[in-house]
Amino acid sequence: MTMRERIEAKLTAAFSPSFLAVTDDSHHHAGHGGSREGGETHFSVNIASPAFAGKSRVDMHRAINAVLADEFAERVHALAISARAG
Amino acid sequence: MSAQDTIKSEITSNDVVLFMKGTHEFPMCGFSGQVVQILDYVGVKFKGINVLDDADLRQGIKDYANWPTIPQLYVKGEFIGGCDIVREMFQSGELVTHLNEHGIAAAMPAKA
Repeated sequence: MTMRERIEAKLTAAFSPSFLAVTDDSHHHAGHGGSREGGETHFSVNIASPAFAGKSRVDMHRAINAVLADEFAERVHALAISARAG
Repeated sequence: MSAQDTIKSEITSNDVVLFMKGTHEFPMCGFSGQVVQILDYVGVKFKGINVLDDADLRQGIKDYANWPTIPQLYVKGEFIGGCDIVREMFQSGELVTHLNEHGIAAAMPAKA
């Protein structure tokens, strides 16, 4: 399973999103701080979920980051998030 | 002074603080650079703190806000968000409104 698929699977399990797109942007950051041999360091997440209803932006991002704590610890360096309720 | 004390003292003694990689003049990371550009664009004065200068601070700020990434923007001691949130708030106009409501001068430049 690629890191992108792992992120997708974890977010799907945690938030049952109505929309989810995860992209691996690592190639844009090759050679920059935080990049590694083999990539899989920089990702973007675009997510909509009913679970985010009533949550502030900071709370939505914290919830997503918490679900992906292991991935951050392992090799993910940056996660761009666009999140909304719905 | 511990990293947590340093952070508390910085965000309470300065109205707008950006914990970032690199400096205002030379951001060392694209995400930090984007926030600097936005803050400059709306004309808000801020204190940039380079976490690359201090490993304790670099980890400390992540613990302080319960937020795993840098940059982090604080206004009047309150954590606002990272690059994505600052950009969304800038695009919707909320950022300038939020700053103004806290008595901080900022404005969208008039369109030419």
